[in-house]
Amino acid sequence: MQGSENCLTANDWICGEYVRTRGQELMDATLQHIGITAVSVLIGLLVAFPLALIARRSRAAAGPVLGLTTVLYTVPSLAMFALLTPVFGVSASVVVTGLVLYSLTILVRNILAGLQAVPAEVREAARGMGYGPARLLFEVELPLALPALVAGLRIATVSTVAMTTIGSVVGYGGLGNLIASGMESLFKAEVLTASVLCVLLALIADGLLMGLQRLLTPWTRAQRRAGAGARRGLRAVRAGAE
Amino acid sequence: MEAIAGAWQWLTTGANWAGEKGVWHRLSEHLWLSGVCLVLACLIALPVALWLGHLGKGGALAVNVSNVGRAVPTYAVLVLLTLSPLGSQGDWPTVIALVLFAVPPLLTNAYLGMREADRNVVEAARGMGMSGPQLLLRVEIPLAYPLIMTGLRSATVQVVATATLAALAGGGGLGRIITAGFGNYNTAQVVAGALLVAVLALLVEGALVVADRAFDPMRGQRRAGRAGRGSSRTGARTESSTESGTAAGAAPRTASGAAAAEGQGDDVVAVRKLT
Repeated sequence: MQGSENCLTANDWICGEYVRTRGQELMDATLQHIGITAVSVLIGLLVAFPLALIARRSRAAAGPVLGLTTVLYTVPSLAMFALLTPVFGVSASVVVTGLVLYSLTILVRNILAGLQAVPAEVREAARGMGYGPARLLFEVELPLALPALVAGLRIATVSTVAMTTIGSVVGYGGLGNLIASGMESLFKAEVLTASVLCVLLALIADGLLMGLQRLLTPWTRAQRRAGAGARRGLRAVRAGAE
Repeated sequence: MEAIAGAWQWLTTGANWAGEKGVWHRLSEHLWLSGVCLVLACLIALPVALWLGHLGKGGALAVNVSNVGRAVPTYAVLVLLTLSPLGSQGDWPTVIALVLFAVPPLLTNAYLGMREADRNVVEAARGMGMSGPQLLLRVEIPLAYPLIMTGLRSATVQVVATATLAALAGGGGLGRIITAGFGNYNTAQVVAGALLVAVLALLVEGALVVADRAFDPMRGQRRAGRAGRGSSRTGARTESSTESGTAAGAAPRTASGAAAAEGQGDDVVAVRKLT
């Protein structure tokens, strides 16, 4: 085996020397990656929420909203970024817009499912207590829909972290830029390090969101055990209904 | 607008369609690779999923396979495989990457379909004296059909998208038109290539929706599932479970909430989007 100084010249897959000498470059790429992902998911959430409300309001609106987001989802990301390039020029906006459009599919569906799962009795009770539409939405329905919303957010975030790499076609791919340059120069350590960091980012983001959900919905912890029983019950009810 | 006009001009130029770098050759590469990899992925994933589902074992594996798959960037896998010793073996890096990313949606959906098959019906069939293989072929698979098809569609769209990305790692396919366009700053070519890829993906998706309806073994007998599937391809599970939950009146919110919180109810929604 070569020493750690030689792993750069030997082009090893794992190379501590690479991480030490290019630490700044790795850090910059990681920060860009986190930035693009965070901005995309946040904008996605801000756009998805009203869309889900519109889709819930009427069945006539639900069809086009869900249909359009599904069609957008089918377009491969390389094509999506390529189509957005003439609109925004070569910039980070191309990547962010593409990722926002993708995240919409998951977020709209999950928010909608969460809101629709709020029991009618709860809504009635809140209305009876004098809650107006806005207060009903933000203080009753949204907290109850939160588990479904966060579940969607986790899926959207993890897949956005992975898809950000493809932004390297326009030079804004975060760690994807390192993968692209490593591909060109056949630099194995650069590609492997960037790939591993990318997977780690996805797992960390997923874990953080899971923690956030626990914090925001303390009541689900107490109900978890009861939930398992209820789920079995639901299955039985469903079987009976069919 | 300018870009669209440029793309139109590119697409209507006959020379761009002919030859080794032409559209026809790239399209045939794309379809050939996608088709072969999809068949391979089905041969690997479906027997495993149906068997595990029939036995009722390995649920954690079937669900986690797609959770892990989602966190791994397709692009990274393509480049890693290309730089590995396999890289000198022609199309192998692309084929392996395509199969790797097509297996999770197939496996997870088929497994969930088998597990979601109404246990009462399965028990009744067993009580009627059906053997294991009869049960599998005549009861469980027809009941699991909607989710098996959802998985197949997810996998197909995934494969078509990943085959596009293969261009970034030096492979063939329609993606090459886009990357070549980026390479020589030819926006018209970039947009034209992107349009071709997008149209191909949508056509494939549409063809699968039609095939799904035509081959359903329980055509016309599936009301609730149909409604969910008609409106959307990937959301079938989330929607149908919500629908039946509310329809049952007693709708235990905690149940659907907990299921969603664990990401189980929503796995199918997003098993796919990696590329």
